[in-house]
Amino acid sequence: MIHAHGLSRRFGRKRVLDGVDLDLPDTGFLLVTGPNGSGKTTLLRLCAGLLVPTGGSLEIAADRGEIGFLGHDPLVYRGLTALENLELYGRLYRVPERRERSGMLLERFGLWEVRNDRVASYSRGMMQRLSLCRALLHEPRLLLLDEPFNALDTAGAELLQRELAERRGATVVATHDPDRVSRLATARLAFA
Amino acid sequence: MSYAGDVAALLRKDLLLELRAKETIPAMAIFVLAALTIFHFALPSGSSDLAADGLLWIAILFTALLGLSRAFVAEREQGVLDGLVMSPCDRSAIWLAKSLSALTFLVLVEAIALPAFSVFFAPVSMTTVAAVALADVGLCTVGTLLAAMAVASRTRELLLPLLFLPLALPIVVGGVGASVTANGGRYLGFLLVYDLVFAIICWASFEYVVAE
Amino acid sequence: MAAAIALVAFYAPEDANQGLSQKIFYFHVPIALTAYACFGWGAWKALRYLWRREEHYDLESYVAIHLGVIFGAMTLLTGSIWAKISWGVWWTWSSNQLVLFLVLFLFYSTYFMLRFSVEDGPMRANLSAVYALFGVVLIPISFLAIRLANDFIHPTVFTSAGPQMSGAMFATFCVCLAAMLALAASFYGIELAGKRLDARLRELRELLSS
Repeated sequence: MIHAHGLSRRFGRKRVLDGVDLDLPDTGFLLVTGPNGSGKTTLLRLCAGLLVPTGGSLEIAADRGEIGFLGHDPLVYRGLTALENLELYGRLYRVPERRERSGMLLERFGLWEVRNDRVASYSRGMMQRLSLCRALLHEPRLLLLDEPFNALDTAGAELLQRELAERRGATVVATHDPDRVSRLATARLAFA
Repeated sequence: MSYAGDVAALLRKDLLLELRAKETIPAMAIFVLAALTIFHFALPSGSSDLAADGLLWIAILFTALLGLSRAFVAEREQGVLDGLVMSPCDRSAIWLAKSLSALTFLVLVEAIALPAFSVFFAPVSMTTVAAVALADVGLCTVGTLLAAMAVASRTRELLLPLLFLPLALPIVVGGVGASVTANGGRYLGFLLVYDLVFAIICWASFEYVVAE
Repeated sequence: MAAAIALVAFYAPEDANQGLSQKIFYFHVPIALTAYACFGWGAWKALRYLWRREEHYDLESYVAIHLGVIFGAMTLLTGSIWAKISWGVWWTWSSNQLVLFLVLFLFYSTYFMLRFSVEDGPMRANLSAVYALFGVVLIPISFLAIRLANDFIHPTVFTSAGPQMSGAMFATFCVCLAAMLALAASFYGIELAGKRLDARLRELRELLSS
């Protein structure tokens, strides 16, 4: 699914990634660890297609519509409701039966009650859950999660863990709290 | 056709957001009325009606600029632009939807501004209205792309007017010419050419402005 | 390059008998045309960059436009001097060429503002390239606009004995143009080489420190 060789990325003068080699099969689960600022986020953004490498090569065997991404920003409109946000993304990602799928995900992540409230009124934990719904909406073949457990409460974290355990497809999780998903990992990458 | 569907969905989203927030349109409306008022005091007695016509275009230019500076604010604040860019929709659809929403806001505000101008200064001819319509298209298509450029820079609000003004100069020439001269048709034709040429180049290059 | 400068200096005295204003013409117009050539070259390199995404095109585009702005500033300067000598004013709106250059100067100055406010990387190269392309499209459109604007701007029209170029004058003009282009090309080569050297030095320094 992911094949990287000598992958590098610099921002201005600063080199954030230097010569990363990586091979992830289609059902692999990659756990990326390391302190803040070590390049985890950059690696995920590269895999998501938001950044291009400045050195080396990176091949992703998935189209834009097959990649799900959760980053530091929730990527949802505060002025819209949860349902409206998922409706929009469902439309853009050509999700079949998007209304049903949105409803199902919202319910699974405990947001059904607030589905018609504007996101601006959500707590950080609720927004993170909505973000997860957005990332999972189109059943992505490649799921990229950057510090997903950060803003989640215990219940939310358990929901996510269950979701990850049931998942078929490639997954990359970057976290500085690896214990939650250690068992699932088929590969690891540690940044200094 | 899914391209049109994407554009419609994104446009609907922008209109819905503005309908709820009610921030941009009222601000633009008040701005243009305030500008027209200031123009009255900026025109010494003895100035012709033509001078006022010219100033109308200044007012439209800067009102458009005000609206455009808000164009990507929602996307920027929540990082949503990344979300849109990552989706399989064509990046030019993002540009088209945003241009159409900017155009909608501008036209709504002009529906107030032009009558106000007629009352404050002098009646507005049909040629002027046609010129305003054509100019709006040019301002919004080019302005949306430039607004996206400004979002990517450190100096956002500072940069947008700089990027915008040289490119808006031909529009002002076309607009003022249409309002002021007897043979306005030529200027309308020029505005049409501007709109077509720049719409094509914006449509083709927006991809590179939002994605690496 | 030295040959180019010598050529320019050599031919200039040839038309001294035509008067100072004519002499400036032999500089002003070639400089203007060279500036256009630089902007065009920069836009071409920008297009190549967007097509191929190879970093060196970005640098080449930047250097070309940088040079174009310098020549553009020189155009404004020589144009201003010409206006002073011919008509006694430092600026006139009646010269379409001069006004066009003012607009382009503003536009391409903003190119640098854009470049300086975005971090070095693929995004900066993208934005610069798109902007450079907009610039080259703006040139004819602005020219048209300025032409049209003359209808209602009513500039004070200065009658200028526009150069009716005889054979010898035309030849001189062409030589000056060629010389100016050669000058630009050599500056381009030098600046490009210098920037490449800078980049190489930086790379080496990084390698050594890591």
